[in-house]
Amino acid sequence: MRPWLAQHLAALRDALRRLVAAPLNSLLSLLVIGVALTLPTAGWLTLENLRKLTGDTPNVQQISIFLALDAGKREIGDIESRLQESRSGSWRFVPREEALKRLQAAEGMAEIIASLPRNPLPDAFVVTPGDARPEVLEDLARTFSSWPKVAHVQLDSAWVKRFDALLRLGERVVMMLGGLFAGALVTITFNTIRLQILAQAAEIEVAKLIGATDTYIQRPLHYFGMLQGVLGGLCAALLVSAGLRLLTPPVAELTRLYGASFALQGLSAGNVVALAAIGAALGWLGAKISALIHLRRIA
Amino acid sequence: MITASNVTKRYPEGREALRNVSFGITAGEMVFLTGHSGAGKSTLFKLLAAIERPTAGSIVINGQNLAALRKNAVPYLRRKLGLIFQDRKLLFDRNVLDNVLLPLAIVGHPAREALRRAQAALAKVGLPNREKTFPIALSGGEQQRLAIARAVVNRPAIILADEPTANLDAASASEILEIFHSFQQVGVTVVIATHDPLLLPHLQPRVLRLTQGEMSEEREPASCGVTP
Repeated sequence: MRPWLAQHLAALRDALRRLVAAPLNSLLSLLVIGVALTLPTAGWLTLENLRKLTGDTPNVQQISIFLALDAGKREIGDIESRLQESRSGSWRFVPREEALKRLQAAEGMAEIIASLPRNPLPDAFVVTPGDARPEVLEDLARTFSSWPKVAHVQLDSAWVKRFDALLRLGERVVMMLGGLFAGALVTITFNTIRLQILAQAAEIEVAKLIGATDTYIQRPLHYFGMLQGVLGGLCAALLVSAGLRLLTPPVAELTRLYGASFALQGLSAGNVVALAAIGAALGWLGAKISALIHLRRIA
Repeated sequence: MITASNVTKRYPEGREALRNVSFGITAGEMVFLTGHSGAGKSTLFKLLAAIERPTAGSIVINGQNLAALRKNAVPYLRRKLGLIFQDRKLLFDRNVLDNVLLPLAIVGHPAREALRRAQAALAKVGLPNREKTFPIALSGGEQQRLAIARAVVNRPAIILADEPTANLDAASASEILEIFHSFQQVGVTVVIATHDPLLLPHLQPRVLRLTQGEMSEEREPASCGVTP
Protein backbone atom coordinates (compact mmCIF):
# COMPACT_ATOMS: atom_id res chain seq x y z
CA MET A 1 0.00 0.00 0.00
CA ARG A 2 1.26 3.46 -0.83
CA PRO A 3 2.38 5.40 2.25
CA TRP A 4 0.06 8.35 1.60
CA LEU A 5 -2.93 6.06 1.27
CA ALA A 6 -1.94 4.31 4.50
CA GLN A 7 -1.67 7.70 6.21
CA HIS A 8 -5.08 8.78 4.95
CA LEU A 9 -6.61 5.52 6.13
CA ALA A 10 -4.90 5.94 9.48
CA ALA A 11 -6.27 9.48 9.77
CA LEU A 12 -9.77 8.27 8.87
CA ARG A 13 -9.50 5.49 11.45
CA ASP A 14 -8.31 8.01 13.99
CA ALA A 15 -11.26 10.30 13.25
CA LEU A 16 -13.73 7.40 13.50
CA ARG A 17 -12.15 6.29 16.76
CA ARG A 18 -12.64 9.78 18.20
CA LEU A 19 -16.26 9.90 17.03
CA VAL A 20 -16.98 6.57 18.70
CA ALA A 21 -14.94 7.40 21.80
CA ALA A 22 -17.46 10.07 22.87
CA PRO A 23 -20.75 8.62 21.62
CA LEU A 24 -23.04 11.03 23.46
CA ASN A 25 -21.18 14.12 22.29
CA SER A 26 -20.99 12.79 18.75
CA LEU A 27 -24.68 11.95 18.72
CA LEU A 28 -25.61 15.41 19.93
CA SER A 29 -23.43 17.10 17.31
CA LEU A 30 -24.89 14.87 14.61
CA LEU A 31 -28.42 15.71 15.69
CA VAL A 32 -27.71 19.43 15.69
CA ILE A 33 -26.13 19.20 12.23
CA GLY A 34 -28.99 16.98 11.09
CA VAL A 35 -31.62 19.47 12.21
CA ALA A 36 -29.67 22.34 10.65
CA LEU A 37 -29.71 20.51 7.32
CA THR A 38 -33.29 19.30 7.72
CA LEU A 39 -34.94 22.71 7.58
CA PRO A 40 -33.61 23.88 4.21
CA THR A 41 -33.97 20.37 2.80
CA ALA A 42 -37.60 20.19 3.88
CA GLY A 43 -38.21 23.64 2.40
CA TRP A 44 -36.65 22.63 -0.88
CA LEU A 45 -38.67 19.43 -0.99
CA THR A 46 -41.88 21.37 -0.36
CA LEU A 47 -41.12 23.65 -3.29
CA GLU A 48 -40.34 20.67 -5.50
CA ASN A 49 -43.67 19.11 -4.59
CA LEU A 50 -45.59 22.33 -5.22
CA ARG A 51 -43.91 22.64 -8.58
CA LYS A 52 -44.83 19.07 -9.37
CA LEU A 53 -48.39 19.72 -8.27
CA THR A 54 -48.82 22.59 -10.73
CA GLY A 55 -47.07 20.60 -13.42
CA ASP A 56 -49.55 17.78 -12.88
CA THR A 57 -52.52 20.10 -13.30
CA PRO A 58 -52.46 21.02 -16.97
CA ASN A 59 -55.69 23.10 -16.98
CA VAL A 60 -53.86 25.78 -15.10
CA GLN A 61 -51.83 26.33 -18.19
CA GLN A 62 -54.68 26.14 -20.66
CA ILE A 63 -56.21 28.98 -22.56
CA SER A 64 -59.89 28.77 -23.47
CA ILE A 65 -61.08 30.70 -26.50
CA PHE A 66 -64.83 31.24 -26.51
CA LEU A 67 -66.31 32.27 -29.83
CA ALA A 68 -69.22 34.58 -30.37
CA LEU A 69 -72.60 32.80 -30.47
CA ASP A 70 -73.14 33.80 -34.07
CA ALA A 71 -69.83 32.38 -35.29
CA GLY A 72 -70.36 30.02 -38.18
CA LYS A 73 -68.41 27.16 -39.74
CA ARG A 74 -66.32 29.57 -41.82
CA GLU A 75 -65.16 31.56 -38.80
CA ILE A 76 -64.33 28.37 -36.90
CA GLY A 77 -62.23 27.18 -39.86
CA ASP A 78 -60.53 30.57 -39.95
CA ILE A 79 -59.54 30.35 -36.27
CA GLU A 80 -58.40 26.79 -36.74
CA SER A 81 -56.01 27.83 -39.47
CA ARG A 82 -54.79 30.80 -37.41
CA LEU A 83 -54.05 28.47 -34.50
CA GLN A 84 -52.20 26.18 -36.86
CA GLU A 85 -50.11 29.09 -38.08
CA SER A 86 -49.34 30.46 -34.65
CA ARG A 87 -47.75 27.15 -33.49
CA SER A 88 -48.70 27.99 -29.97
CA GLY A 89 -49.16 24.40 -28.85
CA SER A 90 -51.77 21.72 -29.09
CA TRP A 91 -55.45 22.63 -29.24
CA ARG A 92 -58.83 21.03 -29.26
CA PHE A 93 -62.14 22.27 -30.64
CA VAL A 94 -65.12 21.91 -28.32
CA PRO A 95 -68.42 22.37 -30.21
CA ARG A 96 -71.22 23.94 -28.25
CA GLU A 97 -73.33 20.76 -28.39
CA GLU A 98 -70.54 18.74 -26.79
CA ALA A 99 -70.06 21.38 -24.10
CA LEU A 100 -73.73 21.21 -23.30
CA LYS A 101 -73.68 17.43 -23.12
CA ARG A 102 -70.77 17.56 -20.70
CA LEU A 103 -72.51 20.07 -18.57
CA GLN A 104 -75.59 17.88 -18.48
CA ALA A 105 -73.51 14.99 -17.26
CA ALA A 106 -72.41 17.01 -14.26
CA GLU A 107 -74.42 16.30 -11.14
CA GLY A 108 -77.47 18.49 -10.58
CA MET A 109 -77.04 20.35 -13.84
CA ALA A 110 -79.30 18.26 -16.04
CA GLU A 111 -82.53 19.83 -14.80
CA ILE A 112 -81.24 23.35 -15.07
CA ILE A 113 -80.04 22.76 -18.61
CA ALA A 114 -83.33 21.16 -19.58
CA SER A 115 -85.16 24.25 -18.42
CA LEU A 116 -83.19 26.46 -20.78
CA PRO A 117 -84.89 27.43 -24.01
CA ARG A 118 -81.75 26.97 -26.10
CA ASN A 119 -78.10 26.09 -25.78
CA PRO A 120 -76.43 29.11 -24.16
CA LEU A 121 -72.91 27.80 -24.65
CA PRO A 122 -70.60 29.03 -27.40
CA ASP A 123 -68.19 27.02 -29.48
CA ALA A 124 -64.77 26.96 -27.89
CA PHE A 125 -61.13 26.09 -28.43
CA VAL A 126 -58.96 24.80 -25.63
CA VAL A 127 -55.31 25.54 -26.27
CA THR A 128 -52.51 23.90 -24.31
CA PRO A 129 -49.47 26.07 -25.01
CA GLY A 130 -46.12 24.40 -25.50
CA ASP A 131 -44.45 27.11 -23.48
CA ALA A 132 -46.16 27.56 -20.12
CA ARG A 133 -44.34 30.62 -18.81
CA PRO A 134 -46.82 33.20 -17.54
CA GLU A 135 -45.49 35.95 -19.86
CA VAL A 136 -45.94 33.72 -22.90
CA LEU A 137 -49.44 32.74 -21.85
CA GLU A 138 -50.35 36.37 -21.45
CA ASP A 139 -49.06 37.20 -24.93
CA LEU A 140 -51.00 34.35 -26.48
CA ALA A 141 -54.19 35.38 -24.77
CA ARG A 142 -53.80 38.91 -26.10
CA THR A 143 -53.25 37.61 -29.63
CA PHE A 144 -56.23 35.31 -29.47
CA SER A 145 -58.61 38.01 -28.31
CA SER A 146 -57.69 40.17 -31.29
CA TRP A 147 -58.98 37.53 -33.70
CA PRO A 148 -62.43 37.99 -35.29
CA LYS A 149 -65.47 36.40 -33.71
CA VAL A 150 -63.58 35.69 -30.50
CA ALA A 151 -65.88 36.73 -27.69
CA HIS A 152 -63.76 35.88 -24.70
CA VAL A 153 -60.32 34.46 -23.92
CA GLN A 154 -59.93 32.95 -20.55
CA LEU A 155 -56.56 32.43 -18.94
CA ASP A 156 -56.04 31.82 -15.30
CA SER A 157 -52.95 33.86 -15.71
CA ALA A 158 -53.29 35.89 -12.54
CA TRP A 159 -53.43 32.73 -10.53
CA VAL A 160 -50.49 31.23 -12.34
CA LYS A 161 -48.54 34.44 -11.94
CA ARG A 162 -49.25 34.70 -8.26
CA PHE A 163 -48.34 31.11 -7.72
CA ASP A 164 -45.16 31.51 -9.68
CA ALA A 165 -44.20 34.57 -7.66
CA LEU A 166 -44.97 32.67 -4.49
CA LEU A 167 -42.75 29.80 -5.60
CA ARG A 168 -39.98 32.24 -6.36
CA LEU A 169 -40.36 33.81 -2.94
CA GLY A 170 -40.25 30.35 -1.42
CA GLU A 171 -37.11 29.61 -3.35
CA ARG A 172 -35.49 32.75 -1.99
CA VAL A 173 -36.52 31.85 1.55
CA VAL A 174 -35.14 28.34 1.17
CA MET A 175 -31.90 29.75 -0.18
CA MET A 176 -31.60 32.12 2.74
CA LEU A 177 -32.37 29.33 5.18
CA GLY A 178 -29.81 27.16 3.42
CA GLY A 179 -27.14 29.86 3.70
CA LEU A 180 -27.96 30.45 7.34
CA PHE A 181 -27.88 26.81 8.28
CA ALA A 182 -24.76 26.16 6.22
CA GLY A 183 -23.14 28.85 8.36
CA ALA A 184 -24.48 27.11 11.45
CA LEU A 185 -23.04 23.80 10.31
CA VAL A 186 -19.62 25.33 9.71
CA THR A 187 -19.79 26.95 13.14
CA ILE A 188 -20.78 23.72 14.86
CA THR A 189 -17.89 21.89 13.22
CA PHE A 190 -15.55 24.76 14.04
CA ASN A 191 -16.42 24.34 17.68
CA THR A 192 -16.21 20.55 17.86
CA ILE A 193 -12.81 20.69 16.18
CA ARG A 194 -11.71 23.36 18.64
CA LEU A 195 -12.67 21.04 21.50
CA GLN A 196 -10.87 18.16 19.79
CA ILE A 197 -7.71 20.22 19.54
CA LEU A 198 -7.94 21.26 23.17
CA ALA A 199 -8.43 17.66 24.24
CA GLN A 200 -5.44 16.52 22.19
CA ALA A 201 -3.15 19.44 22.86
CA ALA A 202 -0.49 17.23 24.47
CA GLU A 203 -0.53 14.74 21.64
CA ILE A 204 -0.38 17.46 19.00
CA GLU A 205 2.49 19.20 20.73
CA VAL A 206 4.51 15.98 21.00
CA ALA A 207 3.77 15.02 17.40
CA LYS A 208 4.94 18.44 16.22
CA LEU A 209 8.12 18.18 18.28
CA ILE A 210 9.08 14.85 16.81
CA GLY A 211 8.56 15.79 13.20
CA ALA A 212 4.86 15.78 12.34
CA THR A 213 3.95 18.15 9.53
CA ASP A 214 0.92 20.41 9.84
CA THR A 215 -0.77 18.28 7.19
CA TYR A 216 -0.29 15.18 9.31
CA ILE A 217 -1.83 16.86 12.34
CA GLN A 218 -4.72 18.41 10.45
CA ARG A 219 -5.64 15.34 8.44
CA PRO A 220 -7.61 13.47 11.13
CA LEU A 221 -9.32 16.73 12.11
CA HIS A 222 -10.44 17.29 8.52
CA TYR A 223 -11.72 13.75 8.35
CA PHE A 224 -13.51 14.26 11.64
CA GLY A 225 -15.30 17.32 10.30
CA MET A 226 -16.15 15.57 7.06
CA LEU A 227 -17.45 12.45 8.80
CA GLN A 228 -19.57 14.55 11.07
CA GLY A 229 -20.98 16.40 8.06
CA VAL A 230 -21.75 13.21 6.13
CA LEU A 231 -23.44 11.58 9.10
CA GLY A 232 -25.31 14.81 9.83
CA GLY A 233 -26.48 14.89 6.20
CA LEU A 234 -27.73 11.32 6.44
CA CYS A 235 -29.40 12.20 9.72
CA ALA A 236 -31.20 15.06 7.93
CA ALA A 237 -32.28 12.71 5.13
CA LEU A 238 -33.69 10.39 7.76
CA LEU A 239 -35.57 13.19 9.51
CA VAL A 240 -37.00 14.52 6.25
CA SER A 241 -38.10 11.05 5.15
CA ALA A 242 -39.72 10.42 8.51
CA GLY A 243 -41.59 13.73 8.27
CA LEU A 244 -42.71 12.86 4.76
CA ARG A 245 -44.01 9.52 5.92
CA LEU A 246 -46.10 11.28 8.54
CA LEU A 247 -47.49 13.71 5.94
CA THR A 248 -48.27 11.19 3.22
CA PRO A 249 -51.67 9.88 4.51
CA PRO A 250 -53.21 13.34 5.16
CA VAL A 251 -51.97 14.63 1.80
CA ALA A 252 -53.44 11.61 0.03
CA GLU A 253 -56.75 12.19 1.82
CA LEU A 254 -56.73 15.85 0.87
CA THR A 255 -56.01 15.22 -2.79
CA ARG A 256 -58.66 12.50 -2.89
CA LEU A 257 -61.23 14.97 -1.60
CA TYR A 258 -60.27 17.29 -4.44
CA GLY A 259 -60.65 14.41 -6.87
CA ALA A 260 -57.02 14.55 -7.89
CA SER A 261 -54.28 12.04 -7.51
CA PHE A 262 -51.06 13.34 -6.13
CA ALA A 263 -48.32 11.54 -4.26
CA LEU A 264 -45.74 13.43 -2.23
CA GLN A 265 -42.33 13.13 -3.77
CA GLY A 266 -39.59 12.09 -1.35
CA LEU A 267 -35.81 12.33 -1.46
CA SER A 268 -34.19 10.35 -4.24
CA ALA A 269 -30.97 8.41 -3.72
CA GLY A 270 -29.21 11.19 -5.62
CA ASN A 271 -30.68 13.78 -3.22
CA VAL A 272 -29.42 11.81 -0.22
CA VAL A 273 -25.96 11.55 -1.73
CA ALA A 274 -25.98 15.28 -2.48
CA LEU A 275 -27.07 16.05 1.07
CA ALA A 276 -24.24 13.93 2.48
CA ALA A 277 -21.79 15.60 0.11
CA ILE A 278 -22.94 19.08 1.13
CA GLY A 279 -22.59 18.05 4.78
CA ALA A 280 -19.10 16.71 4.08
CA ALA A 281 -17.99 19.87 2.29
CA LEU A 282 -19.30 22.18 5.01
CA GLY A 283 -17.87 19.97 7.77
CA TRP A 284 -14.51 19.96 6.05
CA LEU A 285 -14.61 23.75 5.73
CA GLY A 286 -15.41 24.22 9.43
CA ALA A 287 -12.65 21.80 10.42
CA LYS A 288 -10.16 23.47 8.11
CA ILE A 289 -10.81 26.96 9.48
CA SER A 290 -10.81 25.72 13.07
CA ALA A 291 -7.55 23.78 12.63
CA LEU A 292 -5.86 26.76 10.99
CA ILE A 293 -6.82 29.05 13.85
CA HIS A 294 -6.40 26.77 16.83
CA LEU A 295 -3.33 24.78 15.87
CA ARG A 296 -1.32 27.96 15.60
CA ARG A 297 -1.57 28.31 19.36
CA ILE A 298 0.18 25.00 19.98
CA ALA A 299 4.00 25.04 19.87
CA MET B 1 27.86 17.18 11.81
CA ILE B 2 26.83 20.11 14.01
CA THR B 3 28.47 23.51 13.66
CA ALA B 4 27.44 26.56 15.65
CA SER B 5 29.01 29.90 14.76
CA ASN B 6 28.62 33.05 16.85
CA VAL B 7 25.18 32.04 18.02
CA THR B 8 23.35 34.63 20.06
CA LYS B 9 19.87 34.21 21.43
CA ARG B 10 18.13 37.21 22.88
CA TYR B 11 14.60 36.92 24.21
CA PRO B 12 12.07 39.68 23.59
CA GLU B 13 12.28 40.86 27.19
CA GLY B 14 15.96 41.63 26.59
CA ARG B 15 17.57 38.71 28.36
CA GLU B 16 20.52 37.31 26.47
CA ALA B 17 20.43 33.54 26.96
CA LEU B 18 23.37 32.78 24.65
CA ARG B 19 26.16 35.12 23.69
CA ASN B 20 28.38 34.51 20.68
CA VAL B 21 28.54 30.76 21.13
CA SER B 22 30.59 28.72 18.65
CA PHE B 23 31.44 25.03 18.63
CA GLY B 24 31.64 22.06 16.34
CA ILE B 25 30.63 18.46 16.94
CA THR B 26 31.80 15.75 14.59
CA ALA B 27 29.90 12.63 13.68
CA GLY B 28 29.97 9.89 16.29
CA GLU B 29 31.00 12.16 19.15
CA MET B 30 29.42 12.13 22.59
CA VAL B 31 29.29 15.63 24.00
CA PHE B 32 28.08 16.91 27.34
CA LEU B 33 26.68 20.39 27.46
CA THR B 34 26.93 21.53 31.06
CA GLY B 35 26.41 24.59 33.17
CA HIS B 36 24.28 25.79 36.03
CA SER B 37 20.61 26.11 35.55
CA GLY B 38 19.94 29.29 33.63
CA ALA B 39 23.29 29.10 31.85
CA GLY B 40 21.63 28.55 28.50
CA LYS B 41 21.67 24.75 28.08
CA SER B 42 17.99 24.41 27.41
CA THR B 43 18.08 27.39 25.08
CA LEU B 44 20.86 25.77 23.09
CA PHE B 45 18.89 22.50 23.05
CA LYS B 46 15.89 24.36 21.66
CA LEU B 47 18.00 26.02 19.00
CA LEU B 48 19.54 22.69 17.96
CA ALA B 49 16.08 21.11 17.73
CA ALA B 50 14.79 24.10 15.70
CA ILE B 51 12.17 24.79 18.36
CA GLU B 52 13.54 28.31 18.56
CA ARG B 53 15.72 30.31 16.20
CA PRO B 54 18.95 32.12 17.00
CA THR B 55 18.86 35.91 17.07
CA ALA B 56 22.25 35.99 15.37
CA GLY B 57 24.77 33.47 14.10
CA SER B 58 24.21 30.15 12.39
CA ILE B 59 23.71 26.55 13.38
CA VAL B 60 24.38 24.01 10.68
CA ILE B 61 23.24 20.43 11.14
CA ASN B 62 23.94 17.94 8.36
CA GLY B 63 24.60 20.85 6.02
CA GLN B 64 21.30 22.58 6.81
CA ASN B 65 21.43 26.03 8.33
CA LEU B 66 18.72 26.10 10.97
CA ALA B 67 18.64 29.87 11.08
CA ALA B 68 17.52 29.94 7.45
CA LEU B 69 15.33 26.86 7.55
CA ARG B 70 11.87 27.30 6.06
CA LYS B 71 9.07 26.66 8.50
CA ASN B 72 7.70 23.74 6.56
CA ALA B 73 11.14 22.11 6.44
CA VAL B 74 11.38 21.92 10.24
CA PRO B 75 9.42 18.65 10.62
CA TYR B 76 11.75 16.90 8.19
CA LEU B 77 14.80 18.10 10.13
CA ARG B 78 13.29 16.89 13.40
CA ARG B 79 12.74 13.43 11.96
CA LYS B 80 16.50 13.12 11.54
CA LEU B 81 17.08 13.99 15.19
CA GLY B 82 16.39 11.85 18.20
CA LEU B 83 14.98 14.35 20.68
CA ILE B 84 14.69 13.62 24.38
CA PHE B 85 12.94 16.37 26.30
CA GLN B 86 13.48 17.44 29.86
CA ASP B 87 9.86 16.69 30.75
CA ARG B 88 9.97 13.57 28.51
CA LYS B 89 6.70 14.47 26.80
CA LEU B 90 5.29 10.97 26.92
CA LEU B 91 1.65 10.46 26.04
CA PHE B 92 -0.05 9.07 29.10
CA ASP B 93 -3.23 8.07 27.33
CA ARG B 94 -1.54 5.46 25.19
CA ASN B 95 0.56 2.47 26.07
CA VAL B 96 4.32 2.04 25.80
CA LEU B 97 4.21 0.50 22.34
CA ASP B 98 1.94 3.20 20.92
CA ASN B 99 4.22 5.89 22.32
CA VAL B 100 7.13 4.39 20.43
CA LEU B 101 5.04 3.87 17.28
CA LEU B 102 4.14 7.57 17.06
CA PRO B 103 7.27 8.78 15.21
CA LEU B 104 6.91 5.91 12.75
CA ALA B 105 3.26 6.73 12.14
CA ILE B 106 4.26 10.33 11.46
CA VAL B 107 6.78 9.23 8.85
CA GLY B 108 4.31 6.69 7.49
CA HIS B 109 6.02 3.35 7.93
CA PRO B 110 4.06 0.24 7.02
CA ALA B 111 2.44 -1.21 10.14
CA ARG B 112 4.35 -4.46 10.24
CA GLU B 113 7.76 -2.87 9.84
CA ALA B 114 6.86 -0.18 12.37
CA LEU B 115 5.92 -2.81 14.93
CA ARG B 116 9.20 -4.64 14.38
CA ARG B 117 11.20 -1.44 14.75
CA ALA B 118 9.35 -0.31 17.85
CA GLN B 119 9.89 -3.66 19.52
CA ALA B 120 13.59 -3.52 18.63
CA ALA B 121 13.88 -0.01 20.11
CA LEU B 122 12.15 -1.10 23.31
CA ALA B 123 14.45 -4.10 23.60
CA LYS B 124 17.46 -1.89 23.10
CA VAL B 125 16.57 0.40 26.01
CA GLY B 126 15.71 -2.54 28.24
CA LEU B 127 11.94 -2.26 28.19
CA PRO B 128 10.85 -5.46 26.48
CA ASN B 129 7.59 -7.10 27.60
CA ARG B 130 6.22 -3.76 28.77
CA GLU B 131 4.48 -2.94 25.49
CA LYS B 132 0.96 -2.85 26.86
CA THR B 133 1.86 -0.98 30.04
CA PHE B 134 0.84 2.65 30.33
CA PRO B 135 3.58 5.18 31.09
CA ILE B 136 2.00 6.11 34.41
CA ALA B 137 2.84 2.62 35.68
CA LEU B 138 6.53 2.99 34.82
CA SER B 139 9.24 4.20 37.20
CA GLY B 140 11.11 7.41 36.43
CA GLY B 141 14.03 5.50 34.95
CA GLU B 142 11.69 3.39 32.83
CA GLN B 143 9.86 6.46 31.58
CA GLN B 144 13.20 7.89 30.53
CA ARG B 145 14.01 4.66 28.70
CA LEU B 146 10.69 4.91 26.95
CA ALA B 147 11.50 8.49 25.93
CA ILE B 148 14.81 7.26 24.53
CA ALA B 149 13.15 4.39 22.67
CA ARG B 150 10.77 6.87 21.03
CA ALA B 151 13.69 9.12 20.11
CA VAL B 152 15.75 6.38 18.47
CA VAL B 153 13.02 4.36 16.75
CA ASN B 154 13.54 6.38 13.56
CA ARG B 155 17.27 5.53 13.72
CA PRO B 156 18.50 9.12 13.84
CA ALA B 157 22.16 9.98 13.28
CA ILE B 158 22.01 12.55 16.09
CA ILE B 159 20.51 12.23 19.56
CA LEU B 160 19.82 15.42 21.51
CA ALA B 161 18.88 14.96 25.16
CA ASP B 162 17.88 17.69 27.59
CA GLU B 163 18.58 16.76 31.23
CA PRO B 164 17.96 13.05 30.69
CA THR B 165 19.20 12.07 34.16
CA ALA B 166 17.40 14.75 36.13
CA ASN B 167 15.33 13.39 39.01
CA LEU B 168 16.81 9.91 38.65
CA ASP B 169 18.75 8.06 41.32
CA ALA B 170 22.42 7.43 40.61
CA ALA B 171 21.90 3.83 39.50
CA SER B 172 19.14 4.67 37.03
CA ALA B 173 21.08 7.70 35.80
CA SER B 174 24.17 5.67 35.01
CA GLU B 175 22.03 3.05 33.26
CA ILE B 176 20.57 5.78 31.10
CA LEU B 177 24.04 7.08 30.29
CA GLU B 178 25.10 3.54 29.39
CA ILE B 179 22.27 3.42 26.89
CA PHE B 180 23.46 6.67 25.31
CA HIS B 181 26.98 5.30 25.28
CA SER B 182 25.82 2.19 23.44
CA PHE B 183 24.32 4.39 20.73
CA GLN B 184 27.53 6.35 20.43
CA GLN B 185 29.37 3.04 20.04
CA VAL B 186 27.45 2.34 16.86
CA GLY B 187 28.24 5.74 15.40
CA VAL B 188 25.39 7.95 16.59
CA THR B 189 26.28 11.51 17.59
CA VAL B 190 25.03 12.14 21.11
CA VAL B 191 24.60 15.58 22.69
CA ILE B 192 23.44 15.63 26.30
CA ALA B 193 22.57 18.83 28.10
CA THR B 194 22.90 18.35 31.85
CA HIS B 195 23.52 20.56 34.86
CA ASP B 196 25.21 17.69 36.63
CA PRO B 197 27.34 15.56 34.36
CA LEU B 198 27.32 12.24 36.02
CA LEU B 199 30.21 10.78 34.16
CA LEU B 200 31.13 7.20 33.97
CA PRO B 201 34.77 6.25 34.50
CA HIS B 202 35.14 4.60 31.12
CA LEU B 203 33.56 7.47 29.19
CA GLN B 204 35.82 10.25 28.03
CA PRO B 205 33.24 12.65 26.71
CA ARG B 206 33.83 16.13 25.52
CA VAL B 207 32.36 18.73 27.81
CA LEU B 208 31.12 22.09 26.61
CA ARG B 209 30.46 24.35 29.54
CA LEU B 210 28.04 27.24 29.41
CA THR B 211 28.43 30.05 31.91
CA GLN B 212 25.85 32.80 31.72
CA GLY B 213 25.35 32.28 28.04
CA GLU B 214 29.00 32.01 27.09
CA MET B 215 30.79 28.83 26.20
CA SER B 216 34.08 27.37 27.25
CA GLU B 217 35.38 23.94 26.43
CA GLU B 218 37.09 21.54 28.76
CA ARG B 219 37.95 17.90 28.76
CA GLU B 220 37.15 16.80 32.27
CA PRO B 221 39.29 14.13 33.79
CA ALA B 222 37.00 11.17 33.97
CA SER B 223 37.46 10.63 37.68
CA CYS B 224 36.43 14.02 39.03
CA GLY B 225 32.95 13.90 37.59
CA VAL B 226 31.96 10.61 39.17
CA THR B 227 29.25 10.96 41.71
CA PRO B 228 29.01 8.11 44.15
